[in-house]
Amino acid sequence: MKDALYALGKDAVDSLRDLLPIVLVIGVFQVFVVRQPVDDLFSLLSGGLLVVAGLACFIFGLRLALFPVGEGLAYSLAAKGSVFWLLAFAFVLGFGTTVAEPALIAVAAEASKVAAAASVIESTPEAIEGYAFGLRMTVALAVGIALVTGVFRILANWSLPMMIIGGYVLVILLTGLAPPEIVGVAYDSGGVTTSTVTVPLVTALGVGLASSVKGRNVMVDGFGLIAFASLTPILFVLIYGILAEWT
Amino acid sequence: MDLMINTLGFIAGSAIDVLPIAIFLFAFQRLVIRGPMPNRNQILLGFGFVVVGLGLFLVGLEQTLFPLGRLMAQQLTHPEFLLNGAVGTGSPLTWQDFYWVYVFAAAIGFSTTLAEPALIAVSMKANLVSAGAIGVWGLRVAVAIGVGIGVSLGCFRIITGLPLHYFIAAGYLVVVMQTIVAPKLIVPLAYDSGGVTTSTVTVPLVTALGLGLAEAVPGRSALLDGFGLVAFASLFPIITVLAYGQLAVIRERVSTSKTDHRDPEQEVDHAL
Repeated sequence: MKDALYALGKDAVDSLRDLLPIVLVIGVFQVFVVRQPVDDLFSLLSGGLLVVAGLACFIFGLRLALFPVGEGLAYSLAAKGSVFWLLAFAFVLGFGTTVAEPALIAVAAEASKVAAAASVIESTPEAIEGYAFGLRMTVALAVGIALVTGVFRILANWSLPMMIIGGYVLVILLTGLAPPEIVGVAYDSGGVTTSTVTVPLVTALGVGLASSVKGRNVMVDGFGLIAFASLTPILFVLIYGILAEWT
Repeated sequence: MDLMINTLGFIAGSAIDVLPIAIFLFAFQRLVIRGPMPNRNQILLGFGFVVVGLGLFLVGLEQTLFPLGRLMAQQLTHPEFLLNGAVGTGSPLTWQDFYWVYVFAAAIGFSTTLAEPALIAVSMKANLVSAGAIGVWGLRVAVAIGVGIGVSLGCFRIITGLPLHYFIAAGYLVVVMQTIVAPKLIVPLAYDSGGVTTSTVTVPLVTALGLGLAEAVPGRSALLDGFGLVAFASLFPIITVLAYGQLAVIRERVSTSKTDHRDPEQEVDHAL
């Protein structure tokens, strides 16, 4: 009990450390550069506390539940050696963790509001929510497929740099075909997916796999999965944009 | 009262988000591994914390991080602020007039990255593995400089309205060329530092900053120009960390050329 409280407190300090530089920089700018009164200071400060409390609970919960189970499963499936179940698990892991990724929820919500304001989609709450949901599912699907590809690559021992560079060449080609309004969102979705939830679990999968397959380097192969997970969302969101334009 | 209902709504929403992964993990444990879930109560409690935490975070996000990013973008691009009150001089604004935006973007990118707990952990590990060749502070500062440059340059792109993919394509070209010449063992670390360092708190704030900028600068559309800051913030740390590795090689070369004739590249690889 005491240990758990200590761990929760440590997560709160970490979250506070994430927020503190933002508060400091914005504070300095408000006082010395902008020099204008800020409305709703109370609402901003209480919201900041909610961010810290929420992030602390979230990460504490992840450590208690998702990380041990995910890591345990990753290790036992890698040891079990069934390629089908390993690939299935990789897909589910990528898809499921990306759906619950807070940064992605945030960016998808903003993207849908902007799209509605520019009347790319209808300005009804249903249409906005539908667009945000579609975007999140597209990215989640992309990360799922990224992990399947990445795991398969570790098993088949394909060259990582060639695949990644090839992927980015494809990104540039698709950018030419995609409607311009999806390009920015697509590029951002690559960086968004690899944060709080996905990285630790994906690393566990890569490391578990690389250490149970002979002749694989733990450092290089564990990292390869993350590189795929930041590449495929760009591709998939671009394709999503191209398909949405056709229909 | 409104806040209460709002919060409960968000918590219910995040429960729906977390449910699929929870179900899948239990299903895999039962059907594939065919064993009971170890510490079931602890895991259920953990999922409870995840759901409540995600809900609270999203409320705070709507209430604070998004408005703050927008507010800063609006205030720093306000014509009165840019021209120091000399409104009506008639001269159109050029990208140089927005210099406080670049300073703010660089400061936010640099400071949030420097304080990022995940990066601190990675740096300590890299220091340990490299037997001191990669400094804890050196790596952290390299990544933070990268994110600062990235966000700042991203703001420049939004203000000028230049196409995003030119910058990204050029950036990855630089990365590919650096990869060829940089010491081999810094490469995975560098690639990793791209995505991992943009934290859950920074991403929403930076996104709101970009959208606010695109809305406030005349002639820009939020949809076409507002996104892309996160992509910049993930790309530039790769370049600066690779550069940090290259710098280490050069430093080594300078110091070894005075003493003896060992191969400096091999030396650093060995040290890493």
